[in-house]
Amino acid sequence: MPLELFSQYLFAGITYGIIYAIVAIGFNIIYNTTGIINFAQGEFVMLGGMISISLNSLMPLPLAIVCAVFITMLFGGLLEIVFIRWLESPSVLRMIIITIGLSIVIREVALHIWGDGVRALPYFTGNVVSSVQILGASISPQVLWALAVCSIMVLMLSLFFKFTSLGREMQACASNRLAATLCGINARNMVTFSFMLSAAIGAVAGCVVSPITSTQYDMGTGLAIKGFTVAVLGGLGNSMAAVAAGLLLGIIEAFSVGVGFPLVFQDAIAISILLVILFVRPHGLFGNKEAAGLKEF
Amino acid sequence: MLKIKNLEAGYGKLRVLKKISMHVDKGEIVSLIGANGAGKTTLLYTIAGMIKVGGGDISLFDCADLASPQAIVKAGCSLVPEGRQVFATMTVEDNLILGGYVQYKQDKGYSREVELAHIYEIFPVLQERRSQLAGTLSGGEQQMLAMGRSLMAKPQLIMMDEPSTGLAPLIVKEIFHIVMRLRDEGNTVLLVEQNAKAALGIADRGYVLETGKIILQGPAEDLLANSDVQRAYLGRDVDAAAASCDV
Repeated sequence: MPLELFSQYLFAGITYGIIYAIVAIGFNIIYNTTGIINFAQGEFVMLGGMISISLNSLMPLPLAIVCAVFITMLFGGLLEIVFIRWLESPSVLRMIIITIGLSIVIREVALHIWGDGVRALPYFTGNVVSSVQILGASISPQVLWALAVCSIMVLMLSLFFKFTSLGREMQACASNRLAATLCGINARNMVTFSFMLSAAIGAVAGCVVSPITSTQYDMGTGLAIKGFTVAVLGGLGNSMAAVAAGLLLGIIEAFSVGVGFPLVFQDAIAISILLVILFVRPHGLFGNKEAAGLKEF
Repeated sequence: MLKIKNLEAGYGKLRVLKKISMHVDKGEIVSLIGANGAGKTTLLYTIAGMIKVGGGDISLFDCADLASPQAIVKAGCSLVPEGRQVFATMTVEDNLILGGYVQYKQDKGYSREVELAHIYEIFPVLQERRSQLAGTLSGGEQQMLAMGRSLMAKPQLIMMDEPSTGLAPLIVKEIFHIVMRLRDEGNTVLLVEQNAKAALGIADRGYVLETGKIILQGPAEDLLANSDVQRAYLGRDVDAAAASCDV
């Protein structure tokens, strides 16, 4: 494979990989505070994209994106307050089923508001045909935007969880809710924060990738499956590992097309990887087996 | 420090605590003993704000309106729960730091380093294991970590729920020594135990709880000498002992 082609596939893989990683990080944040998987995570990405597209007709692009992220964040918090907060000691399974139900409802409501057409935000800089030459491949500047924004987001998140009191408190709630409450942490507020945070980063991802991949009312489902695969592949709860796993999956997908694998099998690759990982290494590629053994789920 | 008057509480319709009255004064160790299902843990959880008060009053540090668990920890009353309940997936030091957040946030003069050093001085083993995941510690070390985590909040009243459960006798001895040391440093301890002999052995006063009621109370030595307590909780048959003396 010539170098230009190789780097072209590589960058395509990286682009998709970083999107998967962001969705996976959204899963991780909520998993880290509540111990549940929020299957409505993909819908946050869709909402971020859709709202910013709608707002962009009223205001300049940067403002539209900021507002969209903010609205999605509030929506995430609202969702938790209305549907999850009042449950008395809910089981993991019940919470998962609730989030699956929510994702279906959000998708249908989005269909009514925005229709089933494909929409997209304009490119942040340049346009569809502008490109940057890197290692012989032509890369759209938007890809670089996505990479930069997502990398900064990942870095800030890991700093947040390691070094801020709010981040540590959120982790403590995930680890042992009873003990967290006894330490004087308001566990319910932490869950609301985690939904807001993961809705916000989902929305950011939805805005940055919208020019490249377009936004459609049902894009959330596919993203949720890929994001979940990546989260499990990396080791649930570990954001840095999610980035590595996301890039890995994105690159595998891109090169599988490159070596002549039919495009229709692309999703099957992700699912197969998910199954293999669940069977062979349930704590993920980079997960800590010791830590995984101490978790309930 | 803690005054409870005619306290009633329970789960849903089930009434576990029936008109309990008791008090804990500053600087003493009070032991609460009783069999399984007597309501010991329920009482502690009610004081800690985890279970709603169904009737009567709890007055903690002369405040009657401490409702949420957060407010109670902030006011200076910490519970070391039964079964350790450490943050298993976090490091020992992170566990300790989390215990102190409440004070760290409200008290400008709180120094995390000073408190950590104090905890490590009481529990040297925790310093050795500071960067280890808490879930990988042994039972005794986890109990020490749970105690240390509560102490990080600089509580005036420490409540401990069955600290000796599932631990080797030697470790139990160590834990009880630490409880006494805490009292000597000016802390107040409310100790709940099934291990009645050990608990009354180090306590100043004691209460005996049976099916949600306090049936006996008094200085710890008096309770230890009480024949009902000996028969029910110390496994000593008084009459048989007397009979064997005659022969």
